Amino acid sequence: MRSPSERPALEVRDLETRIDTKLGLIKAVDGVSFSVEHGETLGIVGESGSGKSIAALSILRLVPKPSAYIARGQVLLDGEDLLEKSENEMRKVRGKRISMILQDPQTSLNPVFSIGFQVVEAIGMHADAPRKTLVQRAVEALRRVRVADPERRVDDFPHQMSGGMKQRVVGAIALGSFPSVLIADEPTTALDVTIQAQYLRLLKDIQQETGLSIIFITHDFGVVARMCDKVAVMYAGRVVEYGPVRAIFNSPAHPYTKALLNSVPAVEEDVDRLYSIKGQPPAFWDMPKGCRFEPRCDVAMERCKTEYPAKLAKAATASGGHYADCWALEEPEWIPSRS
Amino acid sequence: MFVLVVLLVIPALSADWLAPHDPIRGSIPDRLKPPVFFGGTWEFALGTDRLGRDILSRIMHGAKVSLSISIAGILAGGVLGTALGLIAGYFRGLADAIIMRLVDITMALPSILLALVLAVTVGPSFQTIIVVVTFVLWALYARQVRGEVLSIRERDFVARARVAGASDLRIIVRHILPNAANTIIVLATLQVGSVILLEAGLSFLGVGIPRPTPAWGLMVADGRQLIVSAWWIAFFPGLAITLTVFALNLLGDWMRDRLDPRLKEV
Amino acid sequence: MKRYLVIRSLQSLLALLAISVIAFAMSHLTGSPVDAMLPDDAGPEEAARLTKLWGLDLPLYEQYFVFLGNALQGNFGDSIKWQGQTAFGLVLERLPATIQLGGFAIIVSTIIALPVGVLAAVYKDTPFDSAGKLVALLGQAMPNFWLGIVLIWIFAVHLHWLPTSGRGGFSHMILPAIAMGWFQVAAFMRLTRSAMLEVLDSEYIKLARIKGVPERRVIWVHALKNAAIAPLTYFGVIAGSIFTGSVVIETVFAWPGTGLLAIDAIRGRDFPVIQAVVVTFAGVFIVANLIVDTLYAYLDPRIRYQ
Ligand SMILES: Nc1ncnc2c1ncn2[C@@H]1O[C@H](COP(=O)(O)OP(=O)(O)OP(=O)(O)O)[C@@H](O)[C@H]1O
Ligand code: SF4
Ligand SMILES: [Mg+2]
Repeated sequence: MRSPSERPALEVRDLETRIDTKLGLIKAVDGVSFSVEHGETLGIVGESGSGKSIAALSILRLVPKPSAYIARGQVLLDGEDLLEKSENEMRKVRGKRISMILQDPQTSLNPVFSIGFQVVEAIGMHADAPRKTLVQRAVEALRRVRVADPERRVDDFPHQMSGGMKQRVVGAIALGSFPSVLIADEPTTALDVTIQAQYLRLLKDIQQETGLSIIFITHDFGVVARMCDKVAVMYAGRVVEYGPVRAIFNSPAHPYTKALLNSVPAVEEDVDRLYSIKGQPPAFWDMPKGCRFEPRCDVAMERCKTEYPAKLAKAATASGGHYADCWALEEPEWIPSRS
Repeated sequence: MFVLVVLLVIPALSADWLAPHDPIRGSIPDRLKPPVFFGGTWEFALGTDRLGRDILSRIMHGAKVSLSISIAGILAGGVLGTALGLIAGYFRGLADAIIMRLVDITMALPSILLALVLAVTVGPSFQTIIVVVTFVLWALYARQVRGEVLSIRERDFVARARVAGASDLRIIVRHILPNAANTIIVLATLQVGSVILLEAGLSFLGVGIPRPTPAWGLMVADGRQLIVSAWWIAFFPGLAITLTVFALNLLGDWMRDRLDPRLKEV
Repeated sequence: MKRYLVIRSLQSLLALLAISVIAFAMSHLTGSPVDAMLPDDAGPEEAARLTKLWGLDLPLYEQYFVFLGNALQGNFGDSIKWQGQTAFGLVLERLPATIQLGGFAIIVSTIIALPVGVLAAVYKDTPFDSAGKLVALLGQAMPNFWLGIVLIWIFAVHLHWLPTSGRGGFSHMILPAIAMGWFQVAAFMRLTRSAMLEVLDSEYIKLARIKGVPERRVIWVHALKNAAIAPLTYFGVIAGSIFTGSVVIETVFAWPGTGLLAIDAIRGRDFPVIQAVVVTFAGVFIVANLIVDTLYAYLDPRIRYQ
């Protein structure tokens, strides 16, 4: 159930993040826009290297220093532009209003500090309370992510826990100060399939309880179907298709999205399977002038080579906007299908 | 950097022809001549010592001594350490346990002091220094190579060779050694500088190269008492050591970055 | 952790035992120690008497156990060169001077190297980093005895700022500490820098920033506690090399410590004193390493909870 708030919880407009790499300056995120409403989940999907993580880190202004920087755009949190804020003000946003869960629980926790220290610190950063209260809240945060016996667990060190348990602790760290937006960057990729399902369930439950907005980054369309309300499909630094999850599943507009959907493994298959779209994404330092998918596209036209496709509305019928960057949408004989 | 290394190697190789004066026989009338620009002449560009020997010529010959000692010592220590590291890593078990304990013990010994003792008990000589260097270095190679072998032996091509019926010796020589080669080469390059420092220190203390061989450490020791009146005697040989080791360390770092970036900095 | 420390202690004991074998072998490598003790005009009866007295007619292994037993009680015999003093007594008398200088050098080099190494990593590829790298490369290239002589030449002889040599007030320690510590600063700094670089690139540092931890705390608490583990393992080596370095530095600066004693004893072929020094140095070195191992376990919970 979407909350009827007039403003999105988080809105990203025309974001561009550049990275100074050995091979030249690249636009890892190149004019990306999306938004999440309160209590809603936005999925970001795309092949490896398409810029999902850099986009997520740009929201928190934590792109790798000093090689990367945000060149333009807006990141509006409840209407405030985070890109205008000072570093000090940003610190009060991180962990407090927007939080993030990283991909690999094995490396996300600091090995030399106890679980308790790390959760307490996260909460203490944004609350002026005596240590005892903070420890209590940390225990509660651990209980909320269903860590069994949290009072005892706070004295453990990361290496004493399983991967799934560590990722719960990371969840407790991220949610300890009740943020309004959670970015989850492939939070379950490194987990076993059964643990994965539990974790997704947990996130859903917490979202229901707290009205959290989630940006869910993943490779896996199966997970998107379970978790998300909206989807942004990224390709080579750009969002090439954007719309409600149902519209995207039922009538994908961009040939890239279709290819992705075709490569979704059946439920019982191993979810780790990689996409099998022919060809390689273009190199960032050698971008085609026209459509970036053109070299791999089955329905490419002359025009695709020279001009980048405008954002074309797919269908006015679907709820919310459903857009795709593809010239084929202008063609009258275009038939929406799952190819 | 390469220029520096070349500048070092050339005088070392050609000291016999290039050096302007005899490094061992001096001429008393020419004693304690200051370097050119400090009241001296081009005849003795870096001045002369108490016995009238040309400092520049002695430094050039000293380069030969330093380089040959460190190369010989590293070869000996490297071969011994590599061999033991290969055995420990490949066969594991008892051999591994014994060799690694020996490594631990060697590394726990204050090696310079033992070097001193050895030099005193059997007398300072070229061979003694090589033994000392070998002793100081072998454990490092053994440990590093063993680690490398442990990871290499799990790889496919080793398993394939084993299935194909290759003997242990053949697997080690043909499959494992070439893959550990980078580590060994980088380690060796990184060590040249510190071995030169070790030799110079021992010679300075009078337990390294015996007189009157022109060794850099000895030359600094000779000039030490005269630092007030004839500073050049001690200064230039020390500068030669510094520049040599500096260049060799740069070369070692560069090799590590190129060949084996995983090797930790020390 | 107990298990870990017990293993380390046993290993140390083994190393110490190896040292004692070497120290024992030392006096037998150069022929009978009796030769060194006898006056030049002594007859064979006198030599036989001393051989018997010192137990040199016993089998070698029995001699070793006698030696070991004595060494454990701090008894290495009387000095040959310094008449009327025991070898171990001499070492004990000189040890405080060495510990004073070595300790000072270690503390100062740590105080310099750690922050510089951290900042060099944080400000990677800036002029600060390059300057640090140059200082480190120089430190690892200059022979310490030469550096000591040059320092004396500049600061004592020419500028008259500091004393040339000997032990005295604080000012006497400055030059030898620099000569001794520069190399350690270089090694320690480079280790800290590379460890910090690795840690700063890690996911848990990213997570700390995501939590809203201020950058200063990220660097000096979160990153440093991890990065300190690598240089710390090297710290034992540093402590050891400072002790062995004291042999050279104390010679250059005429600092009356065990290093100078060792050199004088070696020149005078005073074997009991040499043995006492070797075993003492090894003992100090091994204890230093044991302390490091303990600290290491304290820093790294993965070891503490083994
Ligand atoms: N620290 C960095 N330095 C240089 N280039 C980087 C850095 N981090 C990311 N990139 C580049 O930026 C681009 C986008 O990377 P990003 O991590 O956002 O991809 P991603 O979509 O998250 O991929 P994945 O699914 O593998 O996580 C890639 O081409 C990557 O090579
Ligand atoms: S714009 Fe052209 S090339 Fe690009 S996806 Fe659409 S049809 Fe294919
Ligand atoms: Mg990513």
